[in-house]
Amino acid sequence: MTNAEIHDFIQNAIDEHRVMLFMKGTPEQPQCGFSLRTSACLNALEVPYAAMDILPDPRIREELSAISDWPTIPQLFVDGKLVGGCDIVTEMYESGELAALLGAEQPEGTEAPSAPEPQSPPLGLENRLD
Amino acid sequence: MPTAEELKRRIEQGLPGARAEVEDLTGGGDHFRAEIVSDRFKGLSRIDQHKLVYDVFGDEVGGPIHALSIRTSTPEGT
Repeated sequence: MTNAEIHDFIQNAIDEHRVMLFMKGTPEQPQCGFSLRTSACLNALEVPYAAMDILPDPRIREELSAISDWPTIPQLFVDGKLVGGCDIVTEMYESGELAALLGAEQPEGTEAPSAPEPQSPPLGLENRLD
Repeated sequence: MPTAEELKRRIEQGLPGARAEVEDLTGGGDHFRAEIVSDRFKGLSRIDQHKLVYDVFGDEVGGPIHALSIRTSTPEGT
């Protein structure tokens, strides 16, 4: 797969999924504490989202950062726009802004979840880069 | 390995007038948390505020600085 194809694949994923999370690992098996924390916020709001693991090919991260102009992982996109990484998503979760943005109900307690809760699995995004 | 003191100095130099507190979360020189207060964040989205800080370090974030957790605010709060 060429870099241009990876770029288009990522852009399509952002365009086609209202809530799109790029992370290390998967929501079921996050490979980094920051990715875990970010997906846990989405899980706690019980919103459907698509997730893509950036680890299988280093070019995924390169192309993603070129699109978003954001250096770190995870990255959450809503309606095609970068919302932020772990810090911003966590802050927005705690303030209720994330629930408002996603049209979800804020769970009781404002502390951001530190571990994913067993929920219905998020929409999978098949990784077709191999 | 960068130190918390070095990151603090670079943030304050890169964003004149800003005050930064930087903590080395693991003691290993690769996971940091920075709290930054600056006038320059006024009117900017969180994304753009964080980008100003990331821009100070360029490619080092995600490289030698594996993780830089950022919390930004303006002097009057938020």
